[in-house]
Amino acid sequence: MIELTINGARKQLHQSATVADLIIELDIAGKRLAIERNGDIVPRSAYPATRLHADDKLEIVVAVGGG
Amino acid sequence: MDELIIAGKTYRSRLLVGTGKYRDFEQTRLAVEASGAEIVTVAIRRTNLGQDAGQPNLLDSLPPAKYTYLPNTAGCYTADDAVRTLRLARELLDGHDLVKLEVLGDPKSLYPNVIETIKAAEILIREGFKVMVYTSDDPIVARQFAAMGCVAVMPLASLIGSGMGILNPWNLQIIINELQVPVIVDAGVGTASDAAIAMELGCAGVLMNTAIAGAEHPVMMAGAMQKAVQAGREAFLAGRMPKKIYTASPSSPVAGVIGSR
Repeated sequence: MIELTINGARKQLHQSATVADLIIELDIAGKRLAIERNGDIVPRSAYPATRLHADDKLEIVVAVGGG
Repeated sequence: MDELIIAGKTYRSRLLVGTGKYRDFEQTRLAVEASGAEIVTVAIRRTNLGQDAGQPNLLDSLPPAKYTYLPNTAGCYTADDAVRTLRLARELLDGHDLVKLEVLGDPKSLYPNVIETIKAAEILIREGFKVMVYTSDDPIVARQFAAMGCVAVMPLASLIGSGMGILNPWNLQIIINELQVPVIVDAGVGTASDAAIAMELGCAGVLMNTAIAGAEHPVMMAGAMQKAVQAGREAFLAGRMPKKIYTASPSSPVAGVIGSR
């Protein structure tokens, strides 16, 4: 297992998990979202190929109401 | 045809609206429709993990075919956070590059930190973003944003969400007179007359959220704001009569009045 930070909270994932695996595990696949990993955008097309590492910092965002 | 042009794109409506603080997405949709706005701001926030994918999404209530989204950086206090937020927004919205930049300096007043805002604007413009920038009503700062290449400069009329109206029309007027890019009043409008005053001064548009969402009847207020912005714009274009301080001038003929005189 590896441990990483997603939206400020610690989470455990199995070794060799990709971003695509993560969004399935989080049950947010198909949602309109964007992901940043360690300060860089992960393009949607790169989800299956982007492997996650221990201590990665991820931000997963959506659009909400705001002024 | 009197149109608003921002970054080469033409809009019929000069009212831009936010989508925050509504009761639900249905009320958001109805208010935005009643406002006639074509540009709507959205915020970018961490998704609730554990929330199922079937939850309603704001973007479903406001179809992209009908509206131009304007992702904002509300809540950001550093240039770095603002830039990261808008990179995420661009990814989220499939390469959409028109953005509202705001970098706050203080949680109580929500007053903009113009130094951080300038830093962020430089990076964003270099990366190809079309930046509509929220700023103070300092004419020199406004001029600098325009010179940098911001596609619209958006000074506050009063504090965000305060509803205090146009507190410094004199500064706004200087900014409007000096800048070649659209000047849009962003923040502070409380009611319809405030929006009309902004437009009468010659603003290219008005951006508001709380004035509509915080009204007792938001959908009705949205309609009022649409009319106020139109009325103010037409009054500006019509060219108001000069003010004559302490000098009355009768509208009816002076001669031919019956009676003793």
